Amino acid sequence: MSLKRIDLLICCGSGCVSAGSLKIKERFHEVLQEKNLANEINIIETGCMGPCDYGPVMVIYPEGTFYKKVSPDDVEEIVNEHFIKGRPVARLMLQDDEENTFNTQREVPFYQKQVKVALANCGYIDPESMDEYIATGGYEALGTVLTTMTPQDTIDVIKKSGLRGRGGGGFPTHIKWQMVHDNKSDEKYVICNGDEGDPGAFMDRSLLEGDPHRILEGMMIAAYAIGASNGFFYIRAEYPLAIKRIKLAIEQAKEAGLMGKNVFGSNFCFDAEVRTGAGAFVCGEEMALIHSIEGSRGNPTPKPPYPAVQGLWGKPTIVNNVETIGNIPTIFLKGADWFASMGTETSKGTKVFALTGDIKNTGLVEVPMGITLRELIFDVGGGMTGGHKFKAVQLGGPSGGCLTVEHLDVAVDYETLKERGAMMGSGGVIVMNDKNCMVNIAKFFMDFCVDESCGKCSPCRIGLKQMLDILERITSGKGKEGDVEELQRLGEAVSKLSLCGLGQSAPNPVLSTIRYFREEYEAHIRDKSCATKVCLDLMHFDIDKDRCIGCSLCARKCPVTCITGSREDKYTIHQLDCVKCGNCQDVCPVKAVSRIPGMHPEVTAKREAEAKIANHHDD
Amino acid sequence: MTPETSLHNKLYDRLKEVIEEKKGLRNPLIEILRTAQEIFGYLPIEVQEFIANEMNIPASKIYGVVTFYNFFSMKPRGKYTLNVCTGTACYVKGAPRLIQMISDHIGCSMGETTKDGLFTLSAVRCLGACSLAPVFVIGEDTFGRIENKDKIAEILNRYK
Repeated sequence: MSLKRIDLLICCGSGCVSAGSLKIKERFHEVLQEKNLANEINIIETGCMGPCDYGPVMVIYPEGTFYKKVSPDDVEEIVNEHFIKGRPVARLMLQDDEENTFNTQREVPFYQKQVKVALANCGYIDPESMDEYIATGGYEALGTVLTTMTPQDTIDVIKKSGLRGRGGGGFPTHIKWQMVHDNKSDEKYVICNGDEGDPGAFMDRSLLEGDPHRILEGMMIAAYAIGASNGFFYIRAEYPLAIKRIKLAIEQAKEAGLMGKNVFGSNFCFDAEVRTGAGAFVCGEEMALIHSIEGSRGNPTPKPPYPAVQGLWGKPTIVNNVETIGNIPTIFLKGADWFASMGTETSKGTKVFALTGDIKNTGLVEVPMGITLRELIFDVGGGMTGGHKFKAVQLGGPSGGCLTVEHLDVAVDYETLKERGAMMGSGGVIVMNDKNCMVNIAKFFMDFCVDESCGKCSPCRIGLKQMLDILERITSGKGKEGDVEELQRLGEAVSKLSLCGLGQSAPNPVLSTIRYFREEYEAHIRDKSCATKVCLDLMHFDIDKDRCIGCSLCARKCPVTCITGSREDKYTIHQLDCVKCGNCQDVCPVKAVSRIPGMHPEVTAKREAEAKIANHHDD
Repeated sequence: MTPETSLHNKLYDRLKEVIEEKKGLRNPLIEILRTAQEIFGYLPIEVQEFIANEMNIPASKIYGVVTFYNFFSMKPRGKYTLNVCTGTACYVKGAPRLIQMISDHIGCSMGETTKDGLFTLSAVRCLGACSLAPVFVIGEDTFGRIENKDKIAEILNRYK
């Protein structure tokens, strides 16, 4: 490898690739060839750099210049100005609302409160090059562990660091390890859980794609600690690039002798295999995952026995999440004390979050545990888009809950979030503005869980369906007094009685929205009104006659011809026939059509009349 | 032998090779089904029975696995599967509207295949490309921030 004067790091995380970063890379190669600069500039394809909203992004070293939203047309200018003349292109740099320009990646506010441990190399190295991983200290931790420590020493370090599972539950990692370590068996297994199914989460995907060798190294340390010589990566089929990169990393490590027989001259032998999921959310549950690797339906089974006692093929097994494993090499490199110095009393280290929703800086972030939601959403996330108001934040996906404005100063750690009715979960953070209907969001998660319930135990299979039916009734204007109480009663029963984590946590989104947004549920039931105008049965369209210019566009675009009128009389919507497609609002040139909360009186009257007839028949 | 049956036999020959190759792995059923779906495009009962015979396991077990996972289909699929993400971030940013627009454009609803056999419209749970919401994928290509019908038309025309 020859030394080059400039390193050009182009983010090739999934966000930036979809935004066109591969085309930009091609263009750089072309332009550099043309100008005969190919041997002066090193083009490196990296994993996710984090600020997906600004994609495609790139960083140019040695100075660390950060460019955002680069297009192939900008490439020539970057080469001419920046590479040849040494003048960075200011218009591609990030600016804030006050027009401050941020020259380098370090200065960008998005990165200011972040501390990268698991993500340290993500967006910094070429994930397909083992040499680059080694150059950042890769495999040093494994070497130290294998040559100087006993398995028990290894577990003790993890214990001291306070590392807890990052997949959702927050179970102390060392306890799992100790249990498997203490179990005598001819064979033991370590499984890396990359079945990241929570909607709104892409931490594990980015880690596997952006720094695969780190995960492999972490897995080997875990294997050594518990006495396993075989590992499995279980990765979702939806993540083809992650699968490819892990397979490549395994190949490279084998070739270099970092895997296989007698690694680092020790007695430790290790082999790993990749197994792909086939689209079942429940397979993120450890017993279900194990059954899926065994080639069966991914049904969970009752615990105990825990996987630590009887796991894969009946042998002691640990199942650790991708991010948990990603922390391990750094804990050994920098020390357990260093790791434990970050975070709160019970939650140590950092946590990776996928920030999405109605905020400015959507993307991948890693922050110390204990940061407040306000810092996470407004400082790192840059606040709300379009001047809208913050309404709620959903943490922990379908197992988690919603928190509100009053919780913004709550510290993000396992216990605090749980007390408030949310949970850390795998790290999906969905920020919602005041245009979101919380009943509808609860319905969305319930729909998800009903769909993904494996059907094995009845509380989850039947109870969740009942809850969904009630939510559908409420959002379609047929809610009854007592529905909220019934949801709470069912929710508690399902939580208590379900077999696995899916059912036990599935009612959380409903229960937490009832806890904090009960008045919204009541407005849906009692007033037949959705204030956010999301639930179509509980809102209507109306034409403002003072604004209407009688152009007839709306009437012509209406799919059910329920708009009539003339240039003189202006236009009217016949509410009983309206299907609420919204075409009229989209096409109106003078914005005379608006959405009004609440069921239209005509519709209410019709429904009441229908109900009367139905009741009459029942009698 | 008609050209169809010879093609048919060739597909089964390939499947047989795959089974032979993976038999050594421990419990390779899901991996084999995945490849079988790549070969045949879907997993009809006949293919499941063939695998059952080759692997010497009950066909009912294979049927159980096929029907459990979303990834496997027992109905023929279009040349391209158009997967719309229905994860939370996409939902919040308008996935239901996106599905409506796509289904209007290609003229078939969720879970169905277009008459020309080109596209199958289906939904997936979170693709992990939340910052681009709402998102859909065709094969390994991701398309994000789809806001209007023209953009959908432009993308889909590339596959025609």
